[in-house]
Amino acid sequence: MIYFDKVTKRYGDTTALEEVTLSVAPKEFVSIVGHSGAGKTTLLKLLLAEERPSDGVVFFESVDVNELPSSALHHYRRKIGMVFQDFRLIPNKTAYENIAFAMEAAGRTDSEIASDVPYILELVNLADKASRFPDQLSGGEKQRIAIGRAIINQPDIIIADEPTGNLDPINTYEVVEILKKINELGTTIIITTHNKGVVDAVGKRVITIDRGKLVRDDTEGKFVL
Amino acid sequence: MKWTTIKRVLIAGAKNFVRGDAVSVATVLIMTVTLTLIGSMIFLSALLSFTLNTITNKIDVSVYFVTTASEADILAVKNQIESLPQVESVTYTSAADALTAFRARHANDELTLQALDELGGNPLDASLSVHAKDPSEYGSIVNFLEASPALSAGGTSIIDRINYAQNKSAIDRLTLATQAMRNIGFAIVILFAIASILIAFATIRLAIYTAKDEIAVMRLVGASNAYIQGPFVVTGIIAGIIAAALVLLILWPATWYVETKTIGWFGGFNVASYYSSNFVLIFLILMGSGIALGAIASVLAIHRYLKA
Ligand SMILES: Nc1ncnc2c1ncn2[C@@H]1O[C@H](COP(=O)(O)OP(=O)(O)O)[C@@H](O)[C@H]1O
Ligand SMILES: [Mg+2]
Repeated sequence: MIYFDKVTKRYGDTTALEEVTLSVAPKEFVSIVGHSGAGKTTLLKLLLAEERPSDGVVFFESVDVNELPSSALHHYRRKIGMVFQDFRLIPNKTAYENIAFAMEAAGRTDSEIASDVPYILELVNLADKASRFPDQLSGGEKQRIAIGRAIINQPDIIIADEPTGNLDPINTYEVVEILKKINELGTTIIITTHNKGVVDAVGKRVITIDRGKLVRDDTEGKFVL
Repeated sequence: MKWTTIKRVLIAGAKNFVRGDAVSVATVLIMTVTLTLIGSMIFLSALLSFTLNTITNKIDVSVYFVTTASEADILAVKNQIESLPQVESVTYTSAADALTAFRARHANDELTLQALDELGGNPLDASLSVHAKDPSEYGSIVNFLEASPALSAGGTSIIDRINYAQNKSAIDRLTLATQAMRNIGFAIVILFAIASILIAFATIRLAIYTAKDEIAVMRLVGASNAYIQGPFVVTGIIAGIIAAALVLLILWPATWYVETKTIGWFGGFNVASYYSSNFVLIFLILMGSGIALGAIASVLAIHRYLKA
């Protein structure tokens, strides 16, 4: 499904990623771990076609993502649900509207929106906070709304960049449980994290990156830094 | 675009505006100032045109006829002049009318009247007073009259003299002055309009700058550029419409107030009645400017955040 072929990314003199080769199969739950500055976010940006590789090719379902014309890019991004450490909700939209927006953007009908959004709010346990604005929600609640937004269009994959980085242990646990539930329902998930607790709770494949290089790839969750 | 998309863009734009609070209020206020300036410029240029027209209307060239010229011949010349494209109007004054007017003008001047009586008869000539559409046209009108002199039955010109030569330098100077006033006036109007438009642009840019993270999120969620841009444009247009409505409303008491405070200052130009009689035009200009400003400024401001 995803294949990085000897991908290198340089920003000026810094080499953020160096000859990374990896593949991810459908329905996997992959945790990418590494110190701060190791190149985790860069790897995800390359996958989203937000950045171009300096060398090598990034494939998504056998398509070189950098060959996509800019007119096809927003279609491509709808196949991927993104979750960020800082939530990135739209501040002047309610929880409901933040999730609905992703559906509207994908051109879904009003009746689809009216039936799917409540279901997703239920899935992330926030049905009672639908009309709250982001600044009226806790960090954990915001992240769950962000996850709801990421999955609403039934993407092929969820990519979460340090989704628990700003959360306390209880909210971290809730977010991990929701991600596991989504994965069990059949969606591929890639997360980055430095949190050993998260990796242990997920208990699946772990890829370790150190200073831009892929140094370990363990099928049974081992957190070694 | 599909109807649902249009509907969503309109609703999102309206919600943005309502939830924008301080930003929306600031945008409306700045645009109100901008449109007030543009509105004032409409009045200023109307006043300028009115004043310049009043001045140029005072200019004329008189054609005096020999005493033997018959009224029919003079009226024939009048018709000829009236048919010239440069001519605005021609007024005929008979010798008798000229005398009556002269007596009336000098009613308190015993000495002159006495001299006139002693002369006996009517020493004044019949004349045509010619108004050109534009002061710069007098030269060509006079050339026409001199090149094709109106002939009496006897074969001599019935035109005695034309008071152009002695007025020429005054007319030329006035023409230059009014032209300069027109140019400077409109340059000022345009300058102010541009300045106010730039201020409105800067405000909208700031409003959209505050939403740049939001725009990035919309892109990541997979929204197309048009779908991201739409609501911002709608919000800008709403601000423009509200500002234009405010200005149109404010102008009623404002023009009335200016009118009562400045009666007679502008040589008969009535600000309040100019507003009411040109309301539709001013409405269209201000609404059009408000909508165009809001839309164009939003499109330009958001453009830089949309690069894929
Ligand atoms: N836009 C950028 N310009 C220059 N250097 C960058 C940029 N983005 C990331 N880097 C550098 O690339 C390296 C990897 O960064 P990143 O992928 O964000 O690490 P991580 O997410 O693992 O903390 C770091 O040294 C960082 O400073
Ligand atoms: Mg990072």
